[in-house]
Amino acid sequence: MAPVRGDGMRGLAVFISDIRNCKSKEAEVKRINKELANIRSKFKGDKTLDGYQKKKYVCKLLFIFLLGHDIDFGHMEAVNLLSSNKYSEKQIGYLFISVLVNTNSDLIRLIIQSIKNDLQSRNPVHVNLALQCIANIGSRDMAESFSNEIPKLLVSGDTMDVVKQSAALCLLRLFRSSPDIIPGGEWTSRIIHLLNDQHMGVVTAATSLIDALVKRNPDEYKGCVNLAVSRLSRIVTASYTDLQDYTYYFVPAPWLSVKLLRLLQNYNPVTEEPGVRARLNETLETILNKAQEPPKSKKVQHSNAKNAVLFEAINLIIHSDSEPNLLVRACNQLGQFLSNRETNLRYLALESMCHLATSEFSHEEVKKHQEVVILSMKMEKDVSVRQMAVDLLYAMCDRSNAEEIVQEMLNYLETADYSIREEMVLKVAILAEKYATDFTWYVDVILNLIRIAGDYVSEEVWYRVIQIVINREEVQGYAAKTVFEALQAPACHENMVKVGGYILGEFGNLIAGDSRSAPLVQFKLLHSKYHLCSPMTRALLLSTYIKFINLFPEIRTNIQEVFRQHSNLRSADAELQQRASEYLQLSIVASTDVLATVLEEMPSFPERESSILAVLKKKKPGRVPENEIRESKSPAPAAVQNNTHAATNHKVNSNANADLLGLSTPPANNAVNNSSGTLIDVLGDIYGSANNNTAIYNTKKFLFKNNGVLFENEMLQIGVKSEFRQNLGRLGLFYGNKTQIPLTNFTPVLQWEPENALKLNVQMKPVEPTLEAGAQIQQLLTAECIEDYADSPTIEVNFRYNGVQQKFSIKLPLTINKFFEPTEMNADSFFARWKNLSGEQQRAQKVFKAQQPLDLPGARNKLMGFGMQLLDNVDPNPDNMVCAGIIHTQSQQVGCLLRLEPNKQAQMFRLTIRASKESVTREICDILTDQF
Amino acid sequence: MMLFMLLFSRQGKLRLQKWYNAYPDKVKKKITRELVTTILARKPKMCSFLEWKDCKIVYKRYASLYFCCAIEQNDNELLTLEIIHRYVELLDKYFGSVCELDIIFNFEKAYFILDELLIGGEIQETSKKNVLKAIASQDLLQEDETPQGFFDDHGLG
Repeated sequence: MAPVRGDGMRGLAVFISDIRNCKSKEAEVKRINKELANIRSKFKGDKTLDGYQKKKYVCKLLFIFLLGHDIDFGHMEAVNLLSSNKYSEKQIGYLFISVLVNTNSDLIRLIIQSIKNDLQSRNPVHVNLALQCIANIGSRDMAESFSNEIPKLLVSGDTMDVVKQSAALCLLRLFRSSPDIIPGGEWTSRIIHLLNDQHMGVVTAATSLIDALVKRNPDEYKGCVNLAVSRLSRIVTASYTDLQDYTYYFVPAPWLSVKLLRLLQNYNPVTEEPGVRARLNETLETILNKAQEPPKSKKVQHSNAKNAVLFEAINLIIHSDSEPNLLVRACNQLGQFLSNRETNLRYLALESMCHLATSEFSHEEVKKHQEVVILSMKMEKDVSVRQMAVDLLYAMCDRSNAEEIVQEMLNYLETADYSIREEMVLKVAILAEKYATDFTWYVDVILNLIRIAGDYVSEEVWYRVIQIVINREEVQGYAAKTVFEALQAPACHENMVKVGGYILGEFGNLIAGDSRSAPLVQFKLLHSKYHLCSPMTRALLLSTYIKFINLFPEIRTNIQEVFRQHSNLRSADAELQQRASEYLQLSIVASTDVLATVLEEMPSFPERESSILAVLKKKKPGRVPENEIRESKSPAPAAVQNNTHAATNHKVNSNANADLLGLSTPPANNAVNNSSGTLIDVLGDIYGSANNNTAIYNTKKFLFKNNGVLFENEMLQIGVKSEFRQNLGRLGLFYGNKTQIPLTNFTPVLQWEPENALKLNVQMKPVEPTLEAGAQIQQLLTAECIEDYADSPTIEVNFRYNGVQQKFSIKLPLTINKFFEPTEMNADSFFARWKNLSGEQQRAQKVFKAQQPLDLPGARNKLMGFGMQLLDNVDPNPDNMVCAGIIHTQSQQVGCLLRLEPNKQAQMFRLTIRASKESVTREICDILTDQF
Repeated sequence: MMLFMLLFSRQGKLRLQKWYNAYPDKVKKKITRELVTTILARKPKMCSFLEWKDCKIVYKRYASLYFCCAIEQNDNELLTLEIIHRYVELLDKYFGSVCELDIIFNFEKAYFILDELLIGGEIQETSKKNVLKAIASQDLLQEDETPQGFFDDHGLG
């Protein structure tokens, strides 16, 4: 038996020993039940128990409870102990109450009375016991009963320091359950001045309380900033002997320092006063300097305490996000920690760097450590550190390093721990989408994800790749080709079958020209997977098959055969059976036209919802993963609030950090809405082409088509329909309010330089100034081409949303090519004209890199939408594309020829334009460059 | 703010639990079970911090005992390690080379010492000297009392 101190209870020690000697769980339960019976009989017995006995039995009950057994009696005896005049009995009574009494117990009134008595005691030990009990229970009852006493105790001059400390934290505990307990007025300043108290223990306790009060009412407690800064400065510059017992392993008052640094993080900016600000920066620098000094002790406690202060200082620096010099220094310091031998430090450095990566001042600095972080992801022994490295890579990713980081994450994914795979998949998917400059890369990444970690690819991820492929014409052919190849693997993941089935059903025709992926081959390939798949995937494949009937009438009988097989009992699943029968009937009954209408290509998805980010956030409650750079201290609310592409793009131009800034973090109150908004912006960015200097949205797509969604964010959608004849055009703009409240002062303004207006005359009908919630209005524009022009007009849409002025500039799809009339001609006449147009001013030529990979069918599709006639069998090289057309202007007609020559080896295109007018030659050449 | 502190042995036996938030008993048991399993499965050189639910776990092993604290997202992990260390130092000073048995047989003392160090999940007194002084003055009050029950205990279980 272990030695027991003088005040120990022998009976208790014996009982504990008995329990420890029990050989089995059953024996233990038996011993406990025996003891419970004994105690119960003592409590119920006729013999009155003295204080010591009560204390002993209550203590035994407590021990039994702590072993994990339920205790349903003894509370009354414990409450009796509270009023004992023996301290040791009182103390056990309080302990039992703190551990075992739940807040709504009937006994609470009795307890409160005892506490009241002890609070009156002249002995601080009793008072503290009472305060600790209040804090341990911390209920509303407690707050109501002591809302007078405790605040008084805290600021009264007579109160001893040890009691003040307890009172401060006791009050804090009550404040958390009942915020109204805190008096205001004069009391506030007395509380704040506790920061100046002589006693370090009092300051430490008070700082915790003040921190909570500030969070609730920052203005009222603003005075604490100056006091906190000067207190902190004094501590940091103190020698470790100054603070005596408040120095912890040679670090002066680490707890108080950290609390003060936290307190200051409640304000942003921390202070408006230059003097205070200077002193704070000096203090922060001192902390950074000290980190570089040789350690005063080899003990881990020394390094922990010192670095605890350092990390908190860095948190404050990140929070203020206004001192580039400090941010860069912080980053360098953390960089050193990345290769420290303490796992804890490496972990914290990675975590802290995640935040630095989101500051525009230190983002670039963080990127310098990319290699070490990648190594951490691969080599760390502890999965939580590896996970933190993944988080940091995610946070530091931007357009410049996205390909490398995504590739490294993909490589690592093959061997990554199962516990972090799903999250990594989400992160890779988000980064690939956000930073894709070339959507074929995006498609490759997602298909790789499915290949490597198919089981961890959630529905949101594969839905998303399909949405994106459907919305982006330029990638459809490539996607079809790639999924087709991926499906040829002998074992491919079911998610791959889903994506493959869907994409081939929509775009299988784009690769059907190649005999290796002829319709029947595609169909057989998909159907070879059918039997290995779940019913849901089978259902999807059946839909693909019916779409094939529309795309490839030649394999109709093969498909009907499959439908026939599955429309009967062979399909145990009712849904599949029904699908098969209905599709079969549809393919038999419907005419080609009807079939084509029913099975028309999927319309574009609205460009907003990437639900992947939401899934990621759900996976990490409390800590939202970030891959967004904060705008440092932007005072203009409008700019921060409408996190839209157009608005931010203006900023981008004036800033070297271009695309980084464009992705500013939305304010917390509408973070949820905007989180998806950020993703749209990025997509918009891609169409708007990152290096274009004007704020445009999706306009390039409209070079090749006349109708579609021109602009969309979380407030507004603008659709366009247009038609052109000769030199005249008519545009309908459809403004849709997506919000729940009206958009007011709604005014679209045309922006088209006067000298341009002489060449292209655009008239716009005014619209109603209010766009009701959920409503759509139409605006008609007419355009008349008088002579040829460059570029295209912009409309600036202004309105107020929820009191905030909004402004977007959107390019109209009114480029010169809209006035083309296609011209059919044979090879002879084409080349005759070609030779005629050989003057210096009549020719323009550009060589540019193809979008990866080179997509010839895609290029043909685009040219067909461009407005000229695509002429087959003219160029002897079948890969080359030639076109002819006439541009109609009021003053003249301009004949125009085009030749687009791909160089598959170099992955380049050479574009040649010949036209009878120099300015047209140049403009057509310019607008088509880089489009294929 | 610290949300709770658990002390448990290498065998997974809970030796002390202190909750600074009101959780139902069922939840307490569930949390304890989960954390004990998670932490016992970790290897010695691993990081002392884990993300867990919406809070952070800081733990450290001293001989046969694990000390495990849950803190909020914004709290300082390194300093929480030092709160644990300070508590261990106090126990050590009080019991004189503390061991697991001391805490088992004198669990109430372990609670009293903890209450002097932390109130409502916040550190109250960081000075070792001052905490020990407070505990000493408690003991002083007790020494005035005569151990009258000593004889009664014989013959009782």
